[in-house]
Amino acid sequence: MSGISTPGASRDGYGAALLRLSEDSRVVVLEADLGKSTKSCHFRDKFPERTVCLGIAEQNMMLVAAGMATSGYVPFASTFAIFTERGFEQIRNGIARPNIPVHICGSHGGIHTGTDGSSAQSIEDLSIYRTLPNLTVIHPCDDYSAEELTVQLLNHAQPSYTRTVRNKVPRTYTADSVTNLRIGKGSVLREGGDVAIIACGVMVHEAVVAAEVLSQQGVEATVVDMHTLKPLDEELIASLAAKCGAFVTAEDHSIIGGLGGAVAEVLSSTHPAPLERIGVSDRFGESGGADELLEMLSMKSSDISGAAVRSIARK
Amino acid sequence: MGLELNELLDMAKRCRRNIVEMTSAANAGHPGGSLSAIDILCALYGTRLRVDVSNPQWADRDRFIMSKGHASPGMYSILHERGFLSSEDIMTFRELGSPCQGHVDMKWCPGVDFSAGSLGMGLSFGLGVALAARMQGSERTAWVMLGDGELQEGQIWEGAMAATHLEVGNLKVFVDRNGIQNDDFVTSQMRIFDVAEKFTAFGWTVKEIDGHDMQQICDAIAWADSIDDGPCCIVAHTVKGKGVSFMENNPSFHGMAANPEELIVAREELS
Repeated sequence: MSGISTPGASRDGYGAALLRLSEDSRVVVLEADLGKSTKSCHFRDKFPERTVCLGIAEQNMMLVAAGMATSGYVPFASTFAIFTERGFEQIRNGIARPNIPVHICGSHGGIHTGTDGSSAQSIEDLSIYRTLPNLTVIHPCDDYSAEELTVQLLNHAQPSYTRTVRNKVPRTYTADSVTNLRIGKGSVLREGGDVAIIACGVMVHEAVVAAEVLSQQGVEATVVDMHTLKPLDEELIASLAAKCGAFVTAEDHSIIGGLGGAVAEVLSSTHPAPLERIGVSDRFGESGGADELLEMLSMKSSDISGAAVRSIARK
Repeated sequence: MGLELNELLDMAKRCRRNIVEMTSAANAGHPGGSLSAIDILCALYGTRLRVDVSNPQWADRDRFIMSKGHASPGMYSILHERGFLSSEDIMTFRELGSPCQGHVDMKWCPGVDFSAGSLGMGLSFGLGVALAARMQGSERTAWVMLGDGELQEGQIWEGAMAATHLEVGNLKVFVDRNGIQNDDFVTSQMRIFDVAEKFTAFGWTVKEIDGHDMQQICDAIAWADSIDDGPCCIVAHTVKGKGVSFMENNPSFHGMAANPEELIVAREELS
């Protein structure tokens, strides 16, 4: 078993949450060979009798989890984000459609995964899972929030998909402040009236840095950690449309269909306002360091602040 | 329920009539695979499955998982026999708002434990159900019915491998080996060769029977119940469309209902 990696990686938060959840005997953990990576290995070490290792067979894992969930258990099933997609139709027909509370975690999401290259960098998971009725879609920004939101899933009556990431990023929350998070409610990290930057995952930190730079230039930004992509906090977006009138979204994900797409859907149908989307343009990633890739794909804080200026100019 | 052989045979005949009637009324559905499976369903529901019509969600009920979910007319006819559905219910098959959805659906129909319709998923679900029962120390059993065309799905073999690895003794599978899938005969679409040999190679305990011989089916159920050290599989050799002459072994009636003229013939044959 690998040790817990440096604090700040959301996958560590997932692993910590499973240990907290272990007090409830209904909780079972399912793995498809990657427990050391997703961090479900810590639960497995302590509770092997409540851990089901299913080998490299994700489609089977999804339906085994569904069967257990209809028999009194609360299953948490994890693998890499990209490999959950191999079981997409199993999730669609076997979990979301009958609304069976199975909690799926896809780790190593986004190009931030880095040197493994494009085959391991899911940049479409949030988009495809967002289309499924009944499924809650979560993407926390740090280890503390991943732990808190995963713990909250225990009594979540619907199935969910949570994307975590491999690498550490600076923490957004403290052990205290994170307890204010609620599934389905965007978390306002900073208040400003000129532009709203809505981010998720590793891009939350980039958004906070961008807002600080903008402030030095006299532009005040509201920054939201939109950790829940579905159900989306439309009320918050509506209030920001009235308050700021210009938006930027930032995600380590394709700009098609993910957070940017979700916010665009709300704005275009209810509160038209300019929106600039920062994320992976219509392309795949490649091998490289996380920061190198963010830079190459124009996803750094400077790209967010530039997008904020453009969005404001379009008001 | 503990029905006698002659009662099971009568039940199967009533079910066959209802399968033909409900698909004909809907002018859609899958009579062929329902007719091939129905003798097995009658034996299971008539002699073995512990279910409670007054409490369909009874936690310790046995689970029957119809993985070949297009055989829904067969399921609805047997659920009608056990009192989960009325005769009016089953004649609303495929209509808007009906408990009898096109493919069996646990959210719509009492007595249905698995939402099927996409092939290859039921064995994995049954494995999860069986594991849960074992972990809870319950004696409930997971019975799964697979189609033979369905065995072409890779997920079936993921589940088969896992069931052996996890040594689940409360998982029992029937394969409805009727030899026909949607487009044509299984041999023309993708040969699956010796099914019993394949499951044996995956570490299962396997038995082959005539899936229309009620005594053999009942004996096979008792045999399956006697195996508790791992998963077991009953390969039931069946005839698609069994009981209606023009449907028997005819790929056209995989997913096609009898027209009004054919219905008259079918009624006579099943009277």
